[in-house]
Amino acid sequence: MAEYITLAVDGLQALLDELKRREYRVLGPTIRDQAIVYDDIESLRDLPMGWTDEQSGGHYRLVARQDDAIFGYPVGPHSWKRFLHPPVLPLWQAESAGNSVRITTTQGPDQPFAFIGVRSCDLHAIAIQDRVLIGGQHVDPSYRDRRKGAFIVAVNCGEAGGTCFCASMNTGPKVEDGFDLALTEIVIDDQRLFLTEVGSPAGRDVLLQVPHRPATPDEIAAADGVTARTAASMGRVMRSDDVRELLLGNLDHPRWDEVAERCLTCGNCTMVCPTCFCTSVEDSSDLLSGKSGRTRHWASCFTLDFSYIHGGSVRGSARSRYRQWMTHKLASWVDQFGSSGCVGCGRCITWCPVGIDITEEVRAIREDRPAERTHHED
Amino acid sequence: MPTRSKKPRLAVWKFASCDGCQLTLLDCEDELLAVAGAIDIAYFPEATRGKIEGRYDLSLVEGSITTPHDAERIREVRRRSATLVTIGACATAGGIQALRNFADVKEYASVVYARPDYIDTLATSTAIADHVAVDFELRGCPISKKQLLEVIAAYLAGRRPQAPAHSVCVECKHKGNVCVMVAHKTPCLGPVTHAGCNALCPSYGRGCYGCYGPMESPNAVSLSQWLKPLGLDERDLQRLYRTFNANAPAFRKESERHGP
Ligand code: SF4
Ligand code: SF4
Ligand code: SF4
Ligand code: SF4
Repeated sequence: MAEYITLAVDGLQALLDELKRREYRVLGPTIRDQAIVYDDIESLRDLPMGWTDEQSGGHYRLVARQDDAIFGYPVGPHSWKRFLHPPVLPLWQAESAGNSVRITTTQGPDQPFAFIGVRSCDLHAIAIQDRVLIGGQHVDPSYRDRRKGAFIVAVNCGEAGGTCFCASMNTGPKVEDGFDLALTEIVIDDQRLFLTEVGSPAGRDVLLQVPHRPATPDEIAAADGVTARTAASMGRVMRSDDVRELLLGNLDHPRWDEVAERCLTCGNCTMVCPTCFCTSVEDSSDLLSGKSGRTRHWASCFTLDFSYIHGGSVRGSARSRYRQWMTHKLASWVDQFGSSGCVGCGRCITWCPVGIDITEEVRAIREDRPAERTHHED
Repeated sequence: MPTRSKKPRLAVWKFASCDGCQLTLLDCEDELLAVAGAIDIAYFPEATRGKIEGRYDLSLVEGSITTPHDAERIREVRRRSATLVTIGACATAGGIQALRNFADVKEYASVVYARPDYIDTLATSTAIADHVAVDFELRGCPISKKQLLEVIAAYLAGRRPQAPAHSVCVECKHKGNVCVMVAHKTPCLGPVTHAGCNALCPSYGRGCYGCYGPMESPNAVSLSQWLKPLGLDERDLQRLYRTFNANAPAFRKESERHGP
């Protein structure tokens, strides 16, 4: 039986304070450069109270709300992978010390992370990266160290964004698993409250130091209403049950040529996607200090280097690169890792500079699939 | 480091350019002093001065080819250089002076100079690689100090320089910038532009101007299509691609689609 309590707005501040007192690095949503990004949070004042956003293909705009909602926006340009699986990470440095070489490896973060406002889609994305990066035989030590002890304050979405489609991917909007505390922002008798579900012993322990009271049945019902309404207002829809077969059966569909005409092969979609995990390493040698080192950074299947094997790149055309990305996300990921690689967060749609929409691409292939085009079924 | 007893000889050559890239080199003084023991450096800053003598292990070439004399001189430089690296938009694409490629040079000369018959110039400004074989092209207007040092360090270590040819967007996202095009409707050439500047302009809320020229697989046609509803007309689009890298084939072609 789930355990529910209720926090008022000052309870939320007390929660942030308690996390800081426990020496977490508290990260959450905040406004920067006209967008809601994830960064260090000092107090409630840093959160985007009274703001939301408008999103569609290649379009994002920060918009003032009519109320004081604190979590009244969906997801923005950043995802939590910035912190768990950083874009640029020095792995080691080497310098000569007399006749030997001294190697220093990069240590994990000084403080464990506390993430405030993690949405259901992103919880699923974290679970996917857990499977990929630490779930198998080969463990990524830097991800392991960053993920270990991370405290997750999830939020049930109060409204879906214009490019959200978690309901189609069965990844939201209601959070189910993988959090320490989960908040639903509700307003009862003009009072802003956070119905809070306890998801772990660590979550319960933190709450002991935070003023709260047991939730009433009305509050629980109000929170259920919130996620039900959000589920019914998704910005995008994508039929996902047979999408693996659909794509793998249409590898020569003319739609790939059409999307390739628009695709810039810029790689933005892979960078914003919370599940894309590919990296590449770069060695450097510094003329001045004589030090050399290795740095890891996010890679993208949209670059030519990505598929470079001696003599050239395997995926030279935009068609082959877009197809690689989308069929990996929605089809071969299932064979590789046991789930879809897409959690329906919509970031790739919003942050594609030319508004290419993964749900529209699937639909185009689905709707134009005449039976006589049997050669696509090979 | 190449296996030889003598120190490698590095030469810096200047053709038609503003000197900005050589300033980047001067700005590397500390680092270069550190390798001065390992390398001999010869500068050839002016077209007329500096005798070309002997052979050079690594030649860095700045500037574009705009005169018949320079077209000759670059062949001589190539003959004497084991490795030839071009640096900057002038050397790799013809530079801003390649705007002459879209105009009538004779007519210009007659308007600008009192004695146009003294002017011995080619009708075009072209990249070094249009004249001789080039081993590596380092992009940028101006080049980045970090990348220049990387090229020299890579040469000394006998490895390939790390200067990825993907889009500026990749660097922009690594930095965690908010995309100025998506979030602010600011036109940005980042998606079609070669990385190297570490997304300098988008990091300050500006659109990318394309200083590093076209990226590895530029789709400027699609980007232009997207920019029209942001308020850019044909003339704006043409000018967008006609700056420091106007003569780089992908930008040249796209600018020509939007007018003569
Ligand atoms: S995709 Fe779903 S869970 Fe994610 S932000 Fe949108 S509504 Fe919330
Ligand atoms: S593919 Fe797009 S919608 Fe799916 S998880 Fe990645 S960014 Fe989100
Ligand atoms: S789909 Fe969009 S974001 Fe992705 S590479 Fe193509 S143009 Fe860039
Ligand atoms: S601001 Fe420009 S460079 Fe940065 S991601 Fe957007 S389009 Fe690319």
